[in-house]
Amino acid sequence: MRRPYAARGETAFRWLFWVYCGLVFTFLIAPILAIIPLSFNSGSFLTFPMPGFSLRWYADFFASDRWLAAVKNSMIVGIATTFLATVLGTMASLGLARLRPKLRSVLSAFIIAPIIVPVVITGVGAYFLYAPLRLTNTYLALVLSHTVIAVPFVVLTVSASLQNFDVNLVRAAGSLGAPPLITFRRVILPLILPGVVSGAVFAFATSFDEVVMALFLAGPEQRTLPIQMFNGVREEISPTITAAATLLVILSCMLLITVELLRRRAERMGGQGRVAAE
Amino acid sequence: MPAAPSAPLGGRQLKQRLRRIQRRQALRAFALLAPLMLFLAVNFLLPITLMFVRSVDDPDVRRVLPRTLAAISNWDGLALPSNEAGAALLADLGAVENREDLSRAANRLNYDINGFRSLIFRTARSAGRIDATHAMDALGALDQRWKDIETWGAVKRAAGPTTSFYLLGALDMKKNAGGEIHRVGSERAVFTLVLARTLWISLWVTLLCLLLGYPVAYLLATIPSNVANILMILVLLPFWTSLLVRTTAWVVLLQTDGPVNGALRWVGLIDQPLQLIFNRVGVYIAITHVLLPFMVLPLYSVMKSLGPTTMRAAISLGAHPFTAFLRVYVPQTMPGVFAGTLLVFISAIGYYITPALIGGADDQMLSYFIAFYTNETTNWGLAGALGVVLLMMTAVLYLIYSRLAGGAGPRWA
Repeated sequence: MRRPYAARGETAFRWLFWVYCGLVFTFLIAPILAIIPLSFNSGSFLTFPMPGFSLRWYADFFASDRWLAAVKNSMIVGIATTFLATVLGTMASLGLARLRPKLRSVLSAFIIAPIIVPVVITGVGAYFLYAPLRLTNTYLALVLSHTVIAVPFVVLTVSASLQNFDVNLVRAAGSLGAPPLITFRRVILPLILPGVVSGAVFAFATSFDEVVMALFLAGPEQRTLPIQMFNGVREEISPTITAAATLLVILSCMLLITVELLRRRAERMGGQGRVAAE
Repeated sequence: MPAAPSAPLGGRQLKQRLRRIQRRQALRAFALLAPLMLFLAVNFLLPITLMFVRSVDDPDVRRVLPRTLAAISNWDGLALPSNEAGAALLADLGAVENREDLSRAANRLNYDINGFRSLIFRTARSAGRIDATHAMDALGALDQRWKDIETWGAVKRAAGPTTSFYLLGALDMKKNAGGEIHRVGSERAVFTLVLARTLWISLWVTLLCLLLGYPVAYLLATIPSNVANILMILVLLPFWTSLLVRTTAWVVLLQTDGPVNGALRWVGLIDQPLQLIFNRVGVYIAITHVLLPFMVLPLYSVMKSLGPTTMRAAISLGAHPFTAFLRVYVPQTMPGVFAGTLLVFISAIGYYITPALIGGADDQMLSYFIAFYTNETTNWGLAGALGVVLLMMTAVLYLIYSRLAGGAGPRWA
């Protein structure tokens, strides 16, 4: 008699488990989804049910000098950070891969530290450093400090793709007479490119989303999108913010898709490589 | 390598060549690493060092009151200092040329005792008119506070060039005029409360993340991978969505007349709207939402590496499925549990933006005060000291984390 009883208990439990997980998934995704319809609201109160559909908040967004300047600033800082972080991070990953494991783990711990240390600390420190140099309220200060927290992601992703990398390919290229730079461009880079691009996307997302350091270092001229949103929520929450948020959700979807496609491609390539080796 | 040697090399030559090549390899590795290392040394290590320096640096009073500090350097702090000290103070204040230096020193003393700033300016204005032979009496007549030992204690505490004032202050402690460390009165003891609150909020957020994240990670790891890949998007999309977007979304949703209250009222669970924002509830909800992916992803990666075999073995040996789950499966996931909880906890104790936007005045965490003392009151010493406290807590937790996770760093990417 014990088995059927246990089975029935199990079924009930499985149902409960699914419902519970469903609720957690709802919790994860609902706030992001809820903000999208609200941005198409024709009224100016952020409540359901909405009186009607309208694009007025998007028109508001694209007509506002403040929002557009914020987008421009975030793009400038984001692109510069991505470039700097990707170059520095990729070079460092190539260097790390050639080190003895012990030294490698010590140095990687140091490189990764900026994502463990609370941003407020790095931000305050950067403020103490840049303020006497009159670098606060400049793009440069934002790019330098954003690069500090973006670089670890580049090193993590590039190092991960270097782990599956077959060093014999470099030896083969060398033995065929290729100088190191050519070997890098024609052999190493194409193979680790998915990792490099993922790292670049991570770096861009990190900078584009960063607000704490920007609050310390940016002046009115460098006001980024996150600062604009932060001030917007603080002062008075207008529906234009929901339009901005929706645009940002679309952007993060695009970034997520890019990274996922790259990851799958890398997995497939890794898989094929392994089959070929066997 | 250039043309291979035609004659076979001896063992010794071969070894030398190998060593040379290895040396060149190492050099190249360092050359590749050097730019980033240099960059991080200047833009990451140096700022943090400066924060430490700020937390103990105390140059301001020294610049303005050198004679006074010399006169009280051997003072025991048990009774009022001698007339010499008063005369030195008058001489110092009478000789100040740079108003900005005086203002800075006055601010520094004001951090210690409220109202000291006006006392300094008042005394400085009268300094020229007071007879130095009875300096202490005249100062006491000018302002009662100069008859208080602790006023002179504050001057001595600010003697510099380094001080423990800020670091002690960050822990609600203070040295008295006699040099003994004691706790400040409960009306001025803010930071232990803030510290406790920071840890408390982080603890609750971590528990909530574990409670919500564990079943979800288990589901994702055990269902067929094509379904899991789709459900994974529901975890990854929030992970990729801007923190500001998610916080804004919660502000909108949790408002008094917002959708959550609307839905609860519609279902009939409540009559009056609940206060869900600008209080602790909102902070718990929003931070948990932001950090939940950091719990799910490490748990998932550990669970994914566990096959169903051990559970099946336990069940086939007669264990109830629940017993098998609790006693066989859960212990195997402990590395993921530790990694996830510490990752969430470490992230949570540094939170600033989400509590600043969703919390009330009593829900602000340590980071808020660091930013506050940097930007609003420019008490950089205290900001630095609070930063040192936060960094130390993070460092200890991270050491535990890396010991338990056994790797060089987090592995969610």
